[in-house]
Amino acid sequence: MKKVQFNSKLAPYLFIAPQLVIILVFLYWPIYQTFTDAFTAQDPFGFSKTFVWFDNFELVLTDPAYLRSFKFTLIYIFVITLVTGSLGLLLAVQANSVIHGKSAYKTLLIWPYAIAPAVVGVTANYFFSERLGLLYSFFNDLWGFNWMENVSDAYIYVMIAGSWKQISANFIFFLAGLQNIEKSVIEASLIDCKSSIRRFWTLTFPLLMPTTFFLIIINITYAFFETLGIIDTTTIGAPSGETKTLVYKAYIDGFRGLDLGSAGAQSIIMMIIVLVITIFQFRFIERKVHYN
Amino acid sequence: MVSKYSQISVHLILLLGGLLMMAPIWIIFASSTHDSFTIATKGLQFGLGDDFSNNYQSVLFERGGFSKEITYLRLLWNSLIMAFGIATLTVITSLLAAYTIVYFKIKLAKSFFWLIFITLLVPLEVRIFPSYAIVSELNLTNTYAGLILPLLASSIATFFFSQFYKTIPEELLEAAKIDGVNSWEFFIDFLIPLSKTMIIAIFIFMFIYGYNQYLWPILVTSSEDYWTVIMGMKIIYMRTSVGSLSYIILSIIPPILVVIFLQRWFVKGLLYSGK
Repeated sequence: MKKVQFNSKLAPYLFIAPQLVIILVFLYWPIYQTFTDAFTAQDPFGFSKTFVWFDNFELVLTDPAYLRSFKFTLIYIFVITLVTGSLGLLLAVQANSVIHGKSAYKTLLIWPYAIAPAVVGVTANYFFSERLGLLYSFFNDLWGFNWMENVSDAYIYVMIAGSWKQISANFIFFLAGLQNIEKSVIEASLIDCKSSIRRFWTLTFPLLMPTTFFLIIINITYAFFETLGIIDTTTIGAPSGETKTLVYKAYIDGFRGLDLGSAGAQSIIMMIIVLVITIFQFRFIERKVHYN
Repeated sequence: MVSKYSQISVHLILLLGGLLMMAPIWIIFASSTHDSFTIATKGLQFGLGDDFSNNYQSVLFERGGFSKEITYLRLLWNSLIMAFGIATLTVITSLLAAYTIVYFKIKLAKSFFWLIFITLLVPLEVRIFPSYAIVSELNLTNTYAGLILPLLASSIATFFFSQFYKTIPEELLEAAKIDGVNSWEFFIDFLIPLSKTMIIAIFIFMFIYGYNQYLWPILVTSSEDYWTVIMGMKIIYMRTSVGSLSYIILSIIPPILVVIFLQRWFVKGLLYSGK
């Protein structure tokens, strides 16, 4: 907030109104509805609702299928964040130091960012189908890969599909972060330290910390929410629900199962998870980050 | 300073990275130019075939869907309206909201700030069923408004704009005030030109976000007249493999063109926001 400000009476309310109205109608109203759903049980015909306290939460949290999905989601987030972060950083560092063909390489690595998760899923489907799939037969020859029956193979399938396009996002942000580092700092370090690898870990990487933490949050949100389109077009949870992310499970339970109480409780659990991540980001990361 | 040897490894890694990104889409494209029989018997193809125009014509102009009246072009039109709508309206509403929060002295500023930024915690996926219930209560299912409005209830753009406004020197407003500029003129003549790069970056961001929506259009459109490209993928063209392969390629063209042609702005906008 600025020290010098406008004092108009009506103008600010007019300016903020469009966004505020949209948020009230399409965000706060649904959230209110989610809470009502989560704490009530509906009879199968939708005629009456009873307040049931935490029954829906208890049902969800004691369901082995939910816990499986919880475990998978955590692993999925971790692997995607790690794999796409490190590959994106590796490529960004190279693209930043290449002398010839910089913009060609940049274009070559940026465009998959634009592809929809659902399209990535349909594409991955071709590479992992039993009949046509190149990667299916390649892995199958190596160790008898079969994602329809083997859980860890199914994990590998959705992890490859989920990571691919996210490498581009990490590449774009890391490259922007690298270009943001002042030239004079880099030049000074060239005199002090001959080894480029040491220079990277002692100087460049710490200076990239804000970008890294920003990307960790971006990757977590991506793996958590946006991969729904990927799961829905690849394994659909195969072998038997092990590759359902929490978001996908809530969607299937609410949409196919029409269990709104359970879906509401699941939504609130997810809100709490996002809240924890956000607090973590603000409290922990903001303090530790080395801003230039 | 940079040795020849290290430049070779740099090129090698970048080429491998490029290959990782290009290869899957190339194989899909190459396969989409063959006939169904080849794909069914020999699998995906690395080289081009002879059926390019055949396959793509049939996806572009053949009528599909349950009613057999929907063409790809109709879906594309819907997707573009949705993407442009989301991008344009997000930019406008967020610019104005950020302006209010940063530049005005109002009593409710703090509550507005929290009301708006708490939305970062609740993406559409988390509130999808109640959102659907509300949209249908407002009679907005099977309308463009129903496709667009719920996706505007996000404050990520407001957050970026207000971060950017905060970096603008105080003296700018002081000087403008001395010249007798009112709040609307200051917004239009000073802030908007200054935020140009950021506006374009957010526009690209939101355009791709809107175009790539999958779950929301599935829920909110029962009429084929409002189906979009991405959601239509699973429903319409999964019957034949070459149809689906060509569909994949066609569906990714619009957002990729946006990213490739506007990437200069995109990266520049990110440079501002990265700080």
